[in-house]
Amino acid sequence: MVKHILKRLVLLLPTILGVVTLVFFMIALAPGDPARVMLGERANAAQIAQLRAELGLDEPLIKQYGLYLSRVVRFDLGKSITSGQQVAEEIGKLFPATIELAFMAMIFASVLGILLGVTSAIKRNTWVDYTTMGGALFGVSMPVFWLGLVLIMIFSVWLDLLPTGGRMNIRYYFTPITNFYVIDGLILLFKEGTAKYLVSAIQHLILPTIALGTIPLAIIARTTRSSMLEVLQQDYIKTARSAGIREKRVIYRYALRNALLPVITVIGIQFGLLLSGAILTETVFSWPGIGKWLYVAIGARDYPSVQGGIIFISVFFVLINLVVDILYSVVNPKIRLQ
Amino acid sequence: METDIHEEIIIADPTPLQETWFHLKKNKAAMVGLGIITIFVLMAIFAPLISPYDPNAQVIDDRKTPMFTDGYILGTDDLGRDMLSRLIYGARISMTIGVVSVGISLVFGILIGVTSAYFGGVYDKIVMRLIDIMLAFPYILLTIVIVSLLGPSLLNAMIAIGISQIPRYARVVRASVLAEKEADYVLAERALGARDTELMFLTILPNCLSPTIVQATLGVGEAILSSAGLSFLGLGAQPPTPEWGLMIASSKEFITNAWWIVTLPGIAILLAVLGFNLFGDGLRDILDPKMRN
Amino acid sequence: METVKQETLLEIDNLNFSFKTQRGLVRAVRDLSITIKKGETLTLVGESGCGKSVTAHAINQLNPMPPGRVDSGRILFNGIDLLQLKKGEIEKMRGTQISMIFQEPMTALNPVFTVGSQIADVFMTHQGMGKDEAMARAVELFHLVKIPAPERRIHAYPHQLSGGMRQRAMIAMALASPEPGLMIADEPTTALDVTIQAQILDLLGDLKQQIDMSILLITHDMGVVAEMADRVVVMYAGRKVEESDVNSIFNDPRHPYTLGLLNSLPSNPKYKQAKRLEAITGTVPDLLTIGDGCPFANRCAYATDICRSSFPSMSEINKDHSVWCHNHESVKREKAQ
Repeated sequence: MVKHILKRLVLLLPTILGVVTLVFFMIALAPGDPARVMLGERANAAQIAQLRAELGLDEPLIKQYGLYLSRVVRFDLGKSITSGQQVAEEIGKLFPATIELAFMAMIFASVLGILLGVTSAIKRNTWVDYTTMGGALFGVSMPVFWLGLVLIMIFSVWLDLLPTGGRMNIRYYFTPITNFYVIDGLILLFKEGTAKYLVSAIQHLILPTIALGTIPLAIIARTTRSSMLEVLQQDYIKTARSAGIREKRVIYRYALRNALLPVITVIGIQFGLLLSGAILTETVFSWPGIGKWLYVAIGARDYPSVQGGIIFISVFFVLINLVVDILYSVVNPKIRLQ
Repeated sequence: METDIHEEIIIADPTPLQETWFHLKKNKAAMVGLGIITIFVLMAIFAPLISPYDPNAQVIDDRKTPMFTDGYILGTDDLGRDMLSRLIYGARISMTIGVVSVGISLVFGILIGVTSAYFGGVYDKIVMRLIDIMLAFPYILLTIVIVSLLGPSLLNAMIAIGISQIPRYARVVRASVLAEKEADYVLAERALGARDTELMFLTILPNCLSPTIVQATLGVGEAILSSAGLSFLGLGAQPPTPEWGLMIASSKEFITNAWWIVTLPGIAILLAVLGFNLFGDGLRDILDPKMRN
Repeated sequence: METVKQETLLEIDNLNFSFKTQRGLVRAVRDLSITIKKGETLTLVGESGCGKSVTAHAINQLNPMPPGRVDSGRILFNGIDLLQLKKGEIEKMRGTQISMIFQEPMTALNPVFTVGSQIADVFMTHQGMGKDEAMARAVELFHLVKIPAPERRIHAYPHQLSGGMRQRAMIAMALASPEPGLMIADEPTTALDVTIQAQILDLLGDLKQQIDMSILLITHDMGVVAEMADRVVVMYAGRKVEESDVNSIFNDPRHPYTLGLLNSLPSNPKYKQAKRLEAITGTVPDLLTIGDGCPFANRCAYATDICRSSFPSMSEINKDHSVWCHNHESVKREKAQ
């Protein structure tokens, strides 16, 4: 088992190297000159040349690549052109916001998706099934940012129930502790005895969670349903029934445990995809996470930030896939005990 | 009984297309999907004939007219442009996006998939490694990166979407070519002296099209969604193009007082994508033998 | 054969079972009556698709319904009509008095649980045992079905056991009932190697001696019948075509189909010499378009006009032997030649 994990980790290295390489050359070969972007339209040629020399942009490409690689290995992603901050530091600060949202969306999508999928499978070809699967089809056909706007329109504008964006009521002059606001809210609940931070954090999470979670929800529900239908036809389900195991237990223990194996993989893939899907959701909900930051960086042609952000998200995506892979083999005795 | 036997004889040897159509007709969801697609395609083709107004004509006095008033069936937007006309022209754009970007990924995906499966060896290893690296990027992110490098425009958005989807097609095609390339009919053709290109594209490829067609149908829906997203981020179509995603982006501040301006383009996207998804799911059920009952 | 207790355990009375399919109604079982006495082994013989598994699954209601449907008939178990039981009541019946083992030990055990926990779960469900006690009982059962090193094997996952071991574990699971009355064995040896087959049949035979239970054994293999059966019911295309004690079936088969089954048995040189019927020609009729005549008529060397228009009524050869064939006399005559 440990050997299996180590092997997978080693196999990851070339993929990650490939990702870094591809991102570097794509950005390096892109039209536009970072030095000109930094200095603005009015800079003269001498100023630009000087800055290019400072940034190492006048070196041969292959040398630049070598330098970049050696820095990335040390988690140094360079400085942002627009803010002058270390890119890695900025990512570190923003990442909790994205992770918090992605995590919530994934819990929402997984729990509801599995529940709906199982129900659909049991009630196959009834109106429950048709409604759920029809809804799932709508879910995967919907533009996320539009769903976000419609949610804001209904719940914030019309019903005035939930905030339109941000992570916390700005009037609270809140200083983050861990940058995970739900956790911060919990800490403050115990330390200061006030629930208002926690409540506000959760209120701000609800709409973005639904918007971001809808597509994975639909996909998870569909996967669970088809996987469940397949499992329910297996002989071992008949065995369990023939041994008089209660139907509820047959479904939720004997069948579901098997049906979840492919669902785990799907959940993992969707979680990885959420990080990039967050670009749209975070923009709609003014959510101060990596997605929105990357969107701004792209607009400003802030190359180091774009490079760093993309590498970070892609590597994270690859790692998530690895974790899912390992999780899958832990849950599946056939692989675990090999 | 008698008539039954006759029918059997008549449909005894249907072409694959006829057979697919025969199964498709019985799949209600797929037929609904096909109907939706047809409507959008017709709208796209006949946009100048059926739209009541010029999609870009601004009538300042009629700004934000609600639906069903003063001859504006779906109201007007913040600049007094007729929503219905803009949505109809939007179909033209979205259908073009679908066809162009899926076209790009199909051509390159097939080329890469067929050759790497057919030749194998080092070439296959290198190509598949590159595909793996591309797949290591989350799809939406890859699209955004490419389009931001090429510069924001509708054409570049299509190219970016097309490029980002290449890996999937390459994989699907490669897998089915691998399954087919040792088949007897291929060996027979080879023994008769067929050249590699003939074998790849005339002998093997036609037998590998089913999964590719399914992927392409679903891909059109996804391309429409992605392009809407890119336009929403300002990386795709530019104003005043009546692209659905852009229409949503440029009217998002009006959700407080003119809900239809934001809502309607979203519904258009939803319906169009739904059409391709319904049809694609139906096709998959029919063309994928594992799924067929 | 020792004396068999004459008390009836299971009585299937005129069962009709059909499946609604896209192409139409499939009548899987027609007018079937079977009786199993206490302590008896009855084998149900026929080709795949003849309705023998559907019959077995009808007893503890494991057929998917819909599309399956009981059109008419009763299934009396200790005098109670199982078909009238509510869902919860039949669940209680399964695994307590009626248990079942299946053909494919590969797929019939749940791959994500240890075999021990699957058996223990049956104990826990029906006898309210705690986990430890149930596991201890599972070990006992592993002893009973002669699985070596049961304490260790109990913690194995199905894929870690050989096919024969898995089938033994399946049998153990079927025995995890408080009062095993009827064990339904659906082709229990078909998927196993020949040597393992014999071991499993021996085990079933032994167990029947030790535990007072009846076995309904479903098979297509006349060799298994010879080994195990007290009585035999031969089914063809959803119908019972011959029923008798095991000796008469082998010594005096009266239905052309039974004759065919025996002739296709390689280890039976006696029937190798019989005429015309070395292998049964033709194919099983489509249950959708089957008429009211004898379903075997289109493959039968003895068929006459009447066979195609009406299904024969019962002809009693003796009190233990009945056949449903218009021409069973000619079968007998020809064999005698």
